[in-house]
Amino acid sequence: MKAAWITTALLALHSLSAARDWTQPTLAERAAEAAGRSPWESAFWIGLGLAGTLAAMTLLGLSLVYAERKIAARFQCRLGPTRVGWRGTLQTLADTFKLISKADLVPRDADRLLFFTAPWLVVSGMLLALVNIPASPLLFVVDLNIGLLFISAVGALSVLGILLGGWASNNKWSLLGSMRAGAQIISYELSLTLSLLVIVLFTGSLSLGEIVQSQQEGWWLWRGHLPAMVAFLVFVIASTAELNRTPFDLAEGESELTAGFHTEYSGLRFALFYLAEFLNMFIAAGLAATLFLGGWMPLHIAGLQTFNRVMDFIPPLVWFGLKTGGLIFVFMWLRWTFPRLRIDQLLKLEWRFLLPLSMVNLLVAALVLLLGVYGKGGPA
Amino acid sequence: MTPKTLTLQDLLRTDFAPGGGTQEYFVNMGPQHPATHGVLRLLLKLDGETLRQVIPVLGYIHRGIEKICEHQTYRQIVHLSDRLDYLSALANNWCVTRVVERAAGIETNERIETIRTLMAELERLQSHTLWWGVFGMDLGAFTPFLHGFRDREELTQIFEDTIGARLTMNYIQPGGLLHDLHKDFAPRVRAWLKDFGTKVDEYDRMLSGNLIAQKRLVDIGALSGDEALGLGATGPVLRASGVPWDLRRVRPYGVYDQLDFVVPVGEKGDCWDRYWVRIEEMRQSLALCETLIENIPEGKTMLVKPAAKIRLPEGTFYEELETPRGIFGVHLHSRGKDMPWRFHFRSPNLHNLWCITKIAPGARVADIVAMLAGLDLIVPDMDR
Repeated sequence: MKAAWITTALLALHSLSAARDWTQPTLAERAAEAAGRSPWESAFWIGLGLAGTLAAMTLLGLSLVYAERKIAARFQCRLGPTRVGWRGTLQTLADTFKLISKADLVPRDADRLLFFTAPWLVVSGMLLALVNIPASPLLFVVDLNIGLLFISAVGALSVLGILLGGWASNNKWSLLGSMRAGAQIISYELSLTLSLLVIVLFTGSLSLGEIVQSQQEGWWLWRGHLPAMVAFLVFVIASTAELNRTPFDLAEGESELTAGFHTEYSGLRFALFYLAEFLNMFIAAGLAATLFLGGWMPLHIAGLQTFNRVMDFIPPLVWFGLKTGGLIFVFMWLRWTFPRLRIDQLLKLEWRFLLPLSMVNLLVAALVLLLGVYGKGGPA
Repeated sequence: MTPKTLTLQDLLRTDFAPGGGTQEYFVNMGPQHPATHGVLRLLLKLDGETLRQVIPVLGYIHRGIEKICEHQTYRQIVHLSDRLDYLSALANNWCVTRVVERAAGIETNERIETIRTLMAELERLQSHTLWWGVFGMDLGAFTPFLHGFRDREELTQIFEDTIGARLTMNYIQPGGLLHDLHKDFAPRVRAWLKDFGTKVDEYDRMLSGNLIAQKRLVDIGALSGDEALGLGATGPVLRASGVPWDLRRVRPYGVYDQLDFVVPVGEKGDCWDRYWVRIEEMRQSLALCETLIENIPEGKTMLVKPAAKIRLPEGTFYEELETPRGIFGVHLHSRGKDMPWRFHFRSPNLHNLWCITKIAPGARVADIVAMLAGLDLIVPDMDR
């Protein structure tokens, strides 16, 4: 037990240092390995993983909401939150307390069971996906060998939650919003998955840990030539649609559907939907960073030895944070710049443009792989 | 033969598709809905996301202003007129003033007319900046909303200096103006106009050129010139449909006859044309204001005694002018008292609203919002 504490402390230090040992066991592996020796140590690792994920969820929710408000404010020539805490940093915390302490309103004719289940379903999907995101060699809870498949599967839980929430509210606007969300998310899931498959083709693995390892030589975005770049673009567009964010925020459609699927939700349940939206954004950005931008790997430019050495000194967690943060900024940028698409335009974009594009792209990726012109590092 | 009156129940009778096809359903858009900007209620008959029929239901903000007017003196009526279309308060003031002045035979001087014209044009800019922001928000882009309000705020403060109010402004009165201009008025307006010239270009960069915005607007809700005339549409809505009818040009009032400006006219009458006409109007108004602010003649600003009772001769009088939203008319029947016997407003919004019944069927829910935004409706003006 004591050893576990010491290891944790060392690991925490280690994760901030510039150690170049990429192959650290994940928390789940540590637990499995410790199971034979001491069940307590095993339980400790599992507990650490769970608590860490929950803490990360809360922290991410709070900080992303704050970031969104501040960034939106910049775009709109205003200041954003300034009063609570240093530069308004505690504003989201205050808002969370407000939401939690609000009256628990349920529409009279709502389907109570589904109405209560929906937000939890959305959040639990996010939680399950979050466990799989490799934030650094040491902050990695589980490395499933079917990681990508798992993430797409549990990510689809959110659409179920949205559909249920809209249906159970017994409100026509909510229903319209949730049907839009259903049509939209199910459609965009296709090109999203097809763009993921490009990387799976290149790496030959669904495990996120292995995908990151495979990018030691260079990020897939550069190494995968054109197919990877196209896949990256498709991924960013499709995940914006998956996230229900502007220009694809038809499910909420504030000016059309009042608030879409969560019109009838308030208080804690609304907070959960809101939290899920931001976590989803983090997961999408983290996934894009992991697959295309090398995850926690530092930026290396072939031939520049000194530059690469300097880059190596930046801890992996910082690299992951920078890449993910950059992508999150892009999502926010899109949101505060674009108007919203119409439902038929949205579906047309997917079925007539993105889906054929990503299918052709997958074929091109396969050709590139077969001809072996994409450089080193792929499966032999 | 009396025409049959349709009740709401008649209109609501749904023809369900025979053979269990798709079922149409009704949704209330409003009276509380973010896109209707007020208490307008639209009853939508939908087939999935496609609109089959739209039935506007009015009466949620009826205040009986026309009836109240029958018990107010002519000076007091001016103060009620800005509660109608609150974004063209000064234009409404001016219209009431004009009808009273014409009936009472009050002559005004050049200074008063110039300031009135300037105020009306500034208010057109104020109204159109707000419209632009809200238009962006209705399309789903929230940022234009705050940019529009930012630019409007400056102008609102300028109005506040002189008039004392920010929204329901009372300034134009029978016989002149309520006060003279504030001493900071001219420099502040000049500074604002200079600044705003770049802002219109910024609006273009932010929203007009956006691919998504264009996709959402072009060929949506096309209204032909004949239809627009038939529905009584006026203002930018009519001009977007290709009818160059602008009272400032065809029946000049104020000092418009001395001014040089272009009346922007659309071609197809779709949402994009309505958008473009308003953006162009902003540019024209900007140029007009720049001319007017330099050419305010000296003179008195009030030509009748403030406490004097205005008594109109018997008869019926009608005056109209071009507000930012179209033709606002005042119909007045006097029986020789200091209060009207009957007072009626012809509001541009009520007529523009009915365009939605023509252009909306077949569109999607999102298009209705774009169309409503393009018509630029102010609800308290429809229900008086």
